[in-house]
Amino acid sequence: MATIANQKTALLAVKDVCVEFRTRDGMVDVLRQVNFALHPGEILGLVGESGSGKSMTSLAIMGLVPKPGGRVKSGQVLYRGEDLVQASDTRLRQIRGARIAMVFQEPMTALNPIHTIGRQIVETLLLHSAFTKIEARQRSIDLLREVGISSPEQRVDEYPHQLSGGMRQRAMIAMALACEPDILIADEPTTALDVTVQAQIFDLLRDLQQRKGTAILLITHDMGVIAEMCDRVAVMYAGTIVEQGTTAEVLEAPMHPYTRGLINCLPESRLSDADWLAEIPGVVPALSSLGAECAFKERCEFQTAACARSPDLSVALSSVPLMSSVSGDPRPFARLVACHHPLLASPSSVVSAP
Amino acid sequence: MKKHETLQMFLRSPAAILGSCLLLLIMLFTFVGPHVYHVDPLEMVSTPFMEPFTEEAAWLGTDQLGRDVLAGLVNGGAMTLAVGALAACLSLLIGITLGALAGFYGGWIDLLLMRVTEFFQVLPALLFAMVIVTLFAPSIATIAIAIGVVSWTGVARLTRGEFLRLKTLEFILAERAAGAKTSRLIWRVILPNALAPLLVSATFAVGAAILFEAGLSYLGLGDPNVWSWGRMIGDGRQYVLDAWWVVTWPGLMIFLTVLSITLVADGLNQALNPKLRDR
Repeated sequence: MATIANQKTALLAVKDVCVEFRTRDGMVDVLRQVNFALHPGEILGLVGESGSGKSMTSLAIMGLVPKPGGRVKSGQVLYRGEDLVQASDTRLRQIRGARIAMVFQEPMTALNPIHTIGRQIVETLLLHSAFTKIEARQRSIDLLREVGISSPEQRVDEYPHQLSGGMRQRAMIAMALACEPDILIADEPTTALDVTVQAQIFDLLRDLQQRKGTAILLITHDMGVIAEMCDRVAVMYAGTIVEQGTTAEVLEAPMHPYTRGLINCLPESRLSDADWLAEIPGVVPALSSLGAECAFKERCEFQTAACARSPDLSVALSSVPLMSSVSGDPRPFARLVACHHPLLASPSSVVSAP
Repeated sequence: MKKHETLQMFLRSPAAILGSCLLLLIMLFTFVGPHVYHVDPLEMVSTPFMEPFTEEAAWLGTDQLGRDVLAGLVNGGAMTLAVGALAACLSLLIGITLGALAGFYGGWIDLLLMRVTEFFQVLPALLFAMVIVTLFAPSIATIAIAIGVVSWTGVARLTRGEFLRLKTLEFILAERAAGAKTSRLIWRVILPNALAPLLVSATFAVGAAILFEAGLSYLGLGDPNVWSWGRMIGDGRQYVLDAWWVVTWPGLMIFLTVLSITLVADGLNQALNPKLRDR
């Protein structure tokens, strides 16, 4: 069984989490043994295709797996050593929004359309703190200023539909930061925004992470975002994590064939010599049809007889020299990969700069 | 801002303005009228079946007992409007509660509550209301309860539908992620978002309840101690061929009341429903 190095320092440790859903075809595992840890003040990227379980992972952390139909079948979500899977509803509500907050993909639909943004921030504050209404209002104005909204005294009384997309996402971030959480889960926070605004939101997130030391779990399908934002990255495929390491390691020398495929799909990627944009052949398998074999087997060019058995996520020993030479990160984070035939760093890939 | 927009949209519709003015006049007539026009509706003031506009003592004529029809109209409205409003409130209360719970929780709760709703839907409403009124002595309260109990099904279905639509939206998840309780989600987050169509349906419900009350009174199931428009029609129905005015005036009042309420509801619908705004 794969374990994450240095559990004690982890702010959040997701251990062997399995989530299952009831469907017409019976029970389907949407998360299969998800393992990762989030450390104080770091930005961890969770990357994968649509349906790979990124968002479900964030819901499982928050105890918000849709019910009825879904449930956390097994595993632990340890927040400062406390298992959130076993925690009571009351305890979870204390943690949600106050200690672990979320930012969503589509800021138009993630804000309540009939209340002013000020009121929404105030209500989050009142839910978790002993502020009076007047103090809470003042604090929400300060928060709006902090996330870079101009003339917050006026904006605080505006409705979501009166703000631009970027403004709304800033308001959403202000709301998430209201109670100074330790962890911010950002689920594709910029997918609905245009490119210039994306860069601003990322600047804001990075700035907040540096000033406040908030750990960020950044969920995205975009390897470019990972390269720009994250300290470490975990790659998800078909409900499980297939590779994990520091951003530099994973991007420069992916060990899982799927990760390499994802990186090759980037237009600016230099891992592939081809003139055309690479693609990963085949499609993501239906989660209901996954058997004991490796989920990536059908699409993998390196498949062998060993791939009939699903590989565990385990420490990739072959990467040790690479890690110490390339990664400047002093923390001993394990390089993990779930593959029977991990790719080894080839000379051509080390050349490319991150 | 947003509230002003709605008001502006409402005032842009001539029908809505007409309806509001008419409703205001009817309320003035009903609630201020008795203090201005001091004639007892139960007292004989003239000979029976006096035609309207012939005698100053009874401007709109007299009924079979020589009672002043105008006095009846002035005093009969309060009952009609009160029952209408009470019954609509009750049907909203039942309908919203059951619809919200069914829509929010889904699963077997939804299944159970919707079967109960269907049971009430297939009951012949008037007959069921008659049974309730007959079992308990007719009074404003029992009549309002009887009407409320038979007319909440539409509200329940509408509320359930709105909840099913709204609960999948991301801001509900965002509220949960911010640590909101279930009760808060239902009553303070989802319900306010569903209020626009419910407000419209509530307004229509008042009109429907007034008609219902008139129907019950017409059948002789009204409160015998209280004068109402429906009862005037019920009492005068045997003489309709000889004395048209005995039933026509109260009928006209009911017609105008329901019409004004419907116009207001329609105006609200247009103002609150963004899809109808550009028409």
